[in-house]
Amino acid sequence: MKGVDADIFARNVPGSTERLARAVIGIAGCGGLGSNAAVSLVRAGVGRLILADYDTIESSNLNRQHYFQKDIGKVKVEALAAQLLDINPGVSLDLHKRKLEPGLIPDVFSGADILVEAFDRAEAKRWLIESWCRFFPERPLVVASGLSGIGRCNSLRVVKSGTIYFCGDGESDSNMGLSAARVAIVANLEANVVISLLTGNEVL
Amino acid sequence: MILVNNRDKIEWRDNMTVQDLLNTLRYEYALITVTVNEELVASEDYGRFQLRDGDQVGVFHLAHGG
Repeated sequence: MKGVDADIFARNVPGSTERLARAVIGIAGCGGLGSNAAVSLVRAGVGRLILADYDTIESSNLNRQHYFQKDIGKVKVEALAAQLLDINPGVSLDLHKRKLEPGLIPDVFSGADILVEAFDRAEAKRWLIESWCRFFPERPLVVASGLSGIGRCNSLRVVKSGTIYFCGDGESDSNMGLSAARVAIVANLEANVVISLLTGNEVL
Repeated sequence: MILVNNRDKIEWRDNMTVQDLLNTLRYEYALITVTVNEELVASEDYGRFQLRDGDQVGVFHLAHGG
């Protein structure tokens, strides 16, 4: 990480900052999950993020995604990058404003130690899981499934299978509607899994 | 015996594939992802991936939303 203001991380868990600073994390999708997870990862001290999303910000994103009125109409990866650099000017960011597809995964995320799945559509979640596990079978993948609706606070949890960590309730579907707190909890479950893995802490 | 999600026990049969298991389980979810002994099985392989007696299978529902 270049030009780090060490005071940012003065209250970090002892021993974690150096390990987080060396890490490279991929984030596939910069909507409700990706934007909130990225903010937490940069606040924690992750040194480099690879952000990928083709979309621009709309008013209807502001009920859960980490953007502001002034961002409407902007490219998501660029607006998110501006926020992240405002938190830590020393963070390194690779921005990919493109629609991801299975064949692009090894190219876009080749440098990532861990990938955060932050898509909206379940079909896309599935091809991303299959593509990541085919190209990078040894590297952890953190997936979100089931973050919609309101309530059932204790249903939001992490389930592990091999190198894949599934975050959320595993059931609720976005046709129920989406609420900021529940989406942000699952985004932060994803970030927490990443931070735990990077620092050698128990994940579950 | 096949153990599903560390919870459900399903009788193993000769030549049983992942797809046979999913049919037995009668999952109603449209989109799932499956692991066998902690390794992902691609969805296109469900019909030909043969399970062995004692395999541990994870079936995870993928819900829209992000």
